[in-house]
Amino acid sequence: MQIQPVLAALRRHRLATLLIVMEIALACAVLCNACFLIANRLQQTRLQSGVDETSLAELTLTGFDPSQATDLNARVLDGLRTIPGIQSVSVINAVPFGQHAGTAGIKLSRDTPDSAGVVDFYVGGPGSFEALGLHVVSGRAPQATDMSAVADFLPKSAPVLVSRALAAHLWPDADPLGKVIWCADRPYRVTGVVDHLARPAGGQGGPETREWSVFVPALPGENLAGVYLLRAAPDQLNRVLRDARARIAKIAPEVVVDSLGSQTLPQLRDRYFRDDRAMAGMLLGVIVALLLVTALGIVGLTSFWVAQRRKQIGVRRALGATRGDILGYFQTENFLIVSFGIGLGMLLAFGINLLLMTQYELPRLPLLYLPIGALVLWGLGQLSVLAPALRAAAVPPVVATRSV
Amino acid sequence: MFTYYLDLALRSLKRNKALTALMVLAIAVGIGASMTTLTVMHLLSGDPMPGRSATLFYPQVDPTDSPKPDSQPRDVMDYRSAVDLWSAHRADRQALIASTELKLRAPGVNLPPQMARVLTTTSDFFPMFSVPLRYGTAWTPADDEQRSRVAVISSDLNNRLFGGANSVGRTVRLKDSDVRIIGVLAPWRPSPQFYDVAGGRFSEGKTASFYAKPEEVFMPFSTAQDVAGSEFNVFTCWGSVEAMKHLQTAPCAWVALWVQLDDAAKVAGYRRFVADYAAQQKALGRFVHGDNTRMMDLMQWLDFNHVVPSDVRLQVVLAFAFLLICLCNTVGLLLAKFLRRSGEIGVRRALGASRGAVFAQCLVEAGTIGLLGGLGGWLLTLLGLWLVRRQPVEYADLAHLDAGMFLATFALAVLAALLAGLVPALRASRVTPGLQLKTL
Repeated sequence: MQIQPVLAALRRHRLATLLIVMEIALACAVLCNACFLIANRLQQTRLQSGVDETSLAELTLTGFDPSQATDLNARVLDGLRTIPGIQSVSVINAVPFGQHAGTAGIKLSRDTPDSAGVVDFYVGGPGSFEALGLHVVSGRAPQATDMSAVADFLPKSAPVLVSRALAAHLWPDADPLGKVIWCADRPYRVTGVVDHLARPAGGQGGPETREWSVFVPALPGENLAGVYLLRAAPDQLNRVLRDARARIAKIAPEVVVDSLGSQTLPQLRDRYFRDDRAMAGMLLGVIVALLLVTALGIVGLTSFWVAQRRKQIGVRRALGATRGDILGYFQTENFLIVSFGIGLGMLLAFGINLLLMTQYELPRLPLLYLPIGALVLWGLGQLSVLAPALRAAAVPPVVATRSV
Repeated sequence: MFTYYLDLALRSLKRNKALTALMVLAIAVGIGASMTTLTVMHLLSGDPMPGRSATLFYPQVDPTDSPKPDSQPRDVMDYRSAVDLWSAHRADRQALIASTELKLRAPGVNLPPQMARVLTTTSDFFPMFSVPLRYGTAWTPADDEQRSRVAVISSDLNNRLFGGANSVGRTVRLKDSDVRIIGVLAPWRPSPQFYDVAGGRFSEGKTASFYAKPEEVFMPFSTAQDVAGSEFNVFTCWGSVEAMKHLQTAPCAWVALWVQLDDAAKVAGYRRFVADYAAQQKALGRFVHGDNTRMMDLMQWLDFNHVVPSDVRLQVVLAFAFLLICLCNTVGLLLAKFLRRSGEIGVRRALGASRGAVFAQCLVEAGTIGLLGGLGGWLLTLLGLWLVRRQPVEYADLAHLDAGMFLATFALAVLAALLAGLVPALRASRVTPGLQLKTL
């Protein structure tokens, strides 16, 4: 197929060609960026919490006085332990995807003015570390002797475990074991590193801070009460949580069960990423609508061109062009137009990406998206040009002999 | 002439129904998407106190011992600074704001205890923010002074506890204290819940919670110190952890102050007053940063906190990019349509129609398409808003099309179609009559 005559014909329809090129370019730019945003959101929803989510549930009780806390802990731990199917119940201050509780700034030495970042402290009573199912990669898991009473939201001092991500942030080149982190004027010595531990309510300061968490073993008491971690086999979890809530009504009728904070971890996770999934769904809707509109535009304009050139097509057919030649002509034309559009669209895609990068926590658009976007648009162009082009190919040569 | 053009336009649109439907659909979808997102944006970025917002101010001081001199004041204040500024009564009206959650039981009502969101404030809150009352009254400055055990409850809570009846005079138990209901609010839904806004810059654009419903119980700030003890929602703490036992003296930020200042002189005066207060506190040794004060007005404060969720802004941008694509599409199709009629236009020009007349005729046709697209866009906007209302976000119940946005839908549709029709109409009006007549 010769390109020269196609280009010559397009030059006669400069404005209409330009419009389709613009439309394709915009579609290409939006398509690439929207796909990238979707991938980004879905990537976030795959966050590894580091805990055995499918076996865990959180039960949150509120509306009790600190003076009743120790008594309440005892009643709840005793009362829930006998629920059939429950593997363990322990006291904790927060769980991944739940309400955050121990968010605080840390420093690397007592007197430095420089903050080392804002992290989340998980404060867990006996059994909670094992129940979470955290995986220790170096150092050791907490032991019974590590636990002391919680002063306000943390023990006065304790051996702690940090996530690998936090260790890499605080001590990029050194072994974290034995290092000390300071929260206000209190030291916490690192005795272990866990491979993953997502903070409860996301990071402050971007996706890379999502796992800046510290696990502090502590003894339940006045300042550590009300949030309980239940562990059961995944298929029993919902029933165990239901039974637990029913039992709370009997053993502690005076407290209020916080419904939002009393769910299984899969439920909490689902809720946590709801916005991201909704946004991804909306973006997908935009992409579909966009491709549809673009396709219809191509169909409309090509149909018009076919109608306009009926006579020329007839002449070409009479002069010996086959149906395939006519079909090929319109397909080549479409391919050229879409290619111009894609060329322009790639530049535009990077422009929009730069704009989004300044406004949102987004990395640079990976180059991989461009060929994929191009392939999609080429395919779309060829598909939408097919019907009008077939109609053009069906024009009989006899048209050439008719006037008007 | 206009009606004639309209008649021509309708005839022309009827001639090629598929093409017309395509153009109307493209505009309708583009408008529907844009107007849905724009309506949500409009509802979320609006002025929650129209006409009053410029007189409402949010003073801030810096009680922290942060060694960095360039740090911003904390979003809310410590107890002592806020109460000092409030009790000076230098503004036309002033309200302290702190929130908490307390266990609530209603004697004689057969409901399990529940946690109620409680706003603790001072008596000026109600007149200052024009809070509507359904039954009873708000409390008075004397109640603030005497730490009266009184409360005003929201319309929602009143419906839930008392079936919507006049509950003034009844008692509810908050934590361990009985308080008497003296007022019930009429339904009140400020967007955002502006008096509580703080910390927006730390929330990574996830600010939908600023659009939650107002609290369920309102009680005097002074009374709440007795009733809630130290159980308030704290914004942040600094300094020694030991000192945090008693919130009233702790190095913690948890009390906000709103003031109403009716003219520029008072605003300048109040700024000076806050600056003087901070300088005096520094002289007393309580503040490290005596000059780190700030006072924004309501809209500035909302802007500073980026109250509109970043997802909502992204959706608007996307929707308009989409509308642009739909418009490109429409321009192309209109061009095709008008130039297809070159012969007809040639005849009209030969018979004496001016270029302007042809141009006007084409634009009327484009405008008609816009109007039809607007109608479709309006229906799609209603559908879009219905979808937004089904989303589990705090502002879902706010998503309704008001009269202004309804008109804007049609205005935008017609404007978009006219813009799209501009170039094709110009092209059509340039058709040379002679050339076209020859080919006929």
